[in-house]
Amino acid sequence: MSKNNNDFVTIYVMGKKQKVPADLTIMKAMEYAGHQFIRGSGCRGGFCGACATVYRMRGSYKLQGALACQKQVEEGMIIAQIPFSPSEKITYKLNEIKANANTFLEYFPEIARCLSCNTCTKACPQDIMVMDYVQAALRGDIKLAAKLSFDCLGCGLCAMRCPAEIVPYNIGQLARRLESKYIEGPTEQVLSRCEEIKEGKYDKEIESLKNADKETLIKLYNSREMKNE
Amino acid sequence: MSDFKSGYPEYMQESLKKVSETRSSRFGKEFTPMTAEQRIQILEKFHPDWKPQMKRGLKIGPSKGMLIPHEVADIIESHSMIKHDEIDLTKIDYDLDVLIIGGGGAGLSAGILAKESGIPADKILLVQKLRLGDANSKMAQGGIQAADTSIDNPAIHYLDVIGGGHYANKPDLVEALVKDAPDVIKWHESLGVMYDKNPDGTMLEIAGGGTSRNRMHSCKDYTGLELTRVVLDEFINKEIGYTEFTSAVELLMDDKEQVAGAVLYDLETKEYHIARSKSTILATGGFGRLHIQGFATTNHYGATGDGIVMAYRTGAILRDLDSTQYHPTGAAFPEQIVGQLATEKLRGRGAQPVNKYGELFVYHLEPRDIESSSYIRECYERDNGIVTPTGMKAVWLDTPMIEKVNGSGTIEREFAAMFRNFNRWGIDIRKEPMLVFPTLHYQNGGVEINANTETNIAGLLCAGEVCGGVHGKNRLMGNSQLEIYVFGRRAGRAAAKRASKTNLGELNLNHVKRYDKWLEEAGIITERKSPIILPEYRGEKTLSHQLKIM
Repeated sequence: MSKNNNDFVTIYVMGKKQKVPADLTIMKAMEYAGHQFIRGSGCRGGFCGACATVYRMRGSYKLQGALACQKQVEEGMIIAQIPFSPSEKITYKLNEIKANANTFLEYFPEIARCLSCNTCTKACPQDIMVMDYVQAALRGDIKLAAKLSFDCLGCGLCAMRCPAEIVPYNIGQLARRLESKYIEGPTEQVLSRCEEIKEGKYDKEIESLKNADKETLIKLYNSREMKNE
Repeated sequence: MSDFKSGYPEYMQESLKKVSETRSSRFGKEFTPMTAEQRIQILEKFHPDWKPQMKRGLKIGPSKGMLIPHEVADIIESHSMIKHDEIDLTKIDYDLDVLIIGGGGAGLSAGILAKESGIPADKILLVQKLRLGDANSKMAQGGIQAADTSIDNPAIHYLDVIGGGHYANKPDLVEALVKDAPDVIKWHESLGVMYDKNPDGTMLEIAGGGTSRNRMHSCKDYTGLELTRVVLDEFINKEIGYTEFTSAVELLMDDKEQVAGAVLYDLETKEYHIARSKSTILATGGFGRLHIQGFATTNHYGATGDGIVMAYRTGAILRDLDSTQYHPTGAAFPEQIVGQLATEKLRGRGAQPVNKYGELFVYHLEPRDIESSSYIRECYERDNGIVTPTGMKAVWLDTPMIEKVNGSGTIEREFAAMFRNFNRWGIDIRKEPMLVFPTLHYQNGGVEINANTETNIAGLLCAGEVCGGVHGKNRLMGNSQLEIYVFGRRAGRAAAKRASKTNLGELNLNHVKRYDKWLEEAGIITERKSPIILPEYRGEKTLSHQLKIM
């Protein structure tokens, strides 16, 4: 990576030439250049996917995707933000869905159009195997689709690049909800503790803690047993 | 290993070598937890909250005299961005039963429960100033507490919460928190949340700072992401009304002294809209983006404390805002990610904080305020920290120990986010430790509520980080993800109940006029306006903040 003028680089924010400190992320570089985000900035820590960005390097044909908060600027970067990706979120009642081999085709018939071109996977800033989970959904493999899509932030870059016009992140979302609700099912210890609480099993003990003075609480707290195995 | 390339500069290699060399001798060892007296001493000397010059007493309003950080006092002691007589209150844009301000976990779950309590979807509106679901809720990594194992119960959870909060918590709120907790997990599972399980199908539960049992439920280290996106998906499935990139800028009152909706501001078209509502829920989150004392923050772009400002103008009581949470392990290197969260779950799974000599200096799971104070002491009093290229001091968090304790593959499996986010900057946390330093994380206090989320002002309900009382003076890990769903759901139910028996009078903004008078009478002459809605980072302001540590 070449740098000029004491660690500054030249980038092009939607075509406009800007000189910015070389160690900034795309997000901070745009702010340095005078932009105040309304769209396009979220958690600023790689957890929300609000800052999907596409860029090309000068002299390169290759269009690349990144999260603006997780990618450092480079000399000659031509940047555009994708503040919103138009897609319809199909609504459904989870309680009424049957989790079977045809579920995904029923709700997302367009997945049959998948060309297996792998463009979605290449576009993913989280390095998720997007095409593989779309294909798993197509085969009705809910478990695999849920597992492979788990780290998805829903930034929208895969959907913007898909030539078959599939919206992968909506498919991953349904896969994960089905996996938890119908394949794994509820956890026994949680259900039984809820019952105990409903029956008032801990009411008396909590009531006495609520009514205890500070001195008593301090004593109880400082002498409480630690059972972290 | 010959092609292994360190992610750290040459001058840190000697210290890194010591960390690596001492790893085997530290294996299985724990620093002794502090006594109650030692804890108080270290807080008084090193915790940022205990520096009186960083705070001032509020000069106006129902919580006058309360000591709060200057940065928070500044937004409270400000004028409204609207003039009370310049907004047309006769033209109602939204006529609602339930208005929800804020689209994180609390707001989304309130919407779902309001609908399930019988309010029609088109009589509910959620306004969110960024994208729906973009909030601190989504950024939580480590987990959510719920006492559901055979060696645990809600009473034990209660004692952990109230001791961790220095006994300043509101007992009714702690009771609600711990008793609703298992039901929140049950609700999440019914909606399709993928919690981490043991091979036998039981919940995988780990330790957190200040918890006496393993009760942290997690979804890798994307817990907040998984919870938020599932609840968000359900919210949309229920076809509840919402509008994005629109901020509430002031609450509305009626002539019966009730809160009756809000003035909304579309950030893109710059138009004002009037939302009249029988119940109004504030779920606006906290204030991390105010950068208290110059600290970097883990917080979301929108965490600018809007809710406490709007509530205070109506006369709502605030509490515990003197206390701010600094998370012990914010990233300190590289520069691009300074302040971002390194989850407490890392320590829960065995990562040890060590100084530049590779020595243990604190028990790894003290409550957050104690743990943070000890890192500050190690760096600034004992000078045992590592200085980063930008002049920050930091300690090592020895993450390779996690795989030594739990087996190789643990980090990729359980810490996908941490592994990925550090790898992007050339640091492999399986092989090298992280550099960490306390970072501004959480607003412990806020608007006072009761267990039904009601405030002292009729018609105004609050849920989530905007509230005070649940955590006292210090929140434990995993209790904010819990809080937003416990009180978000309660707020949705309470708002629906209230809406069914409320008649509104004529709308007014008299409280805004009154607030200007309070400012004037207190001799506060200022051009400041609030809520500030978005932080200002343009130009040089985007560069690192200078810390005023000692």
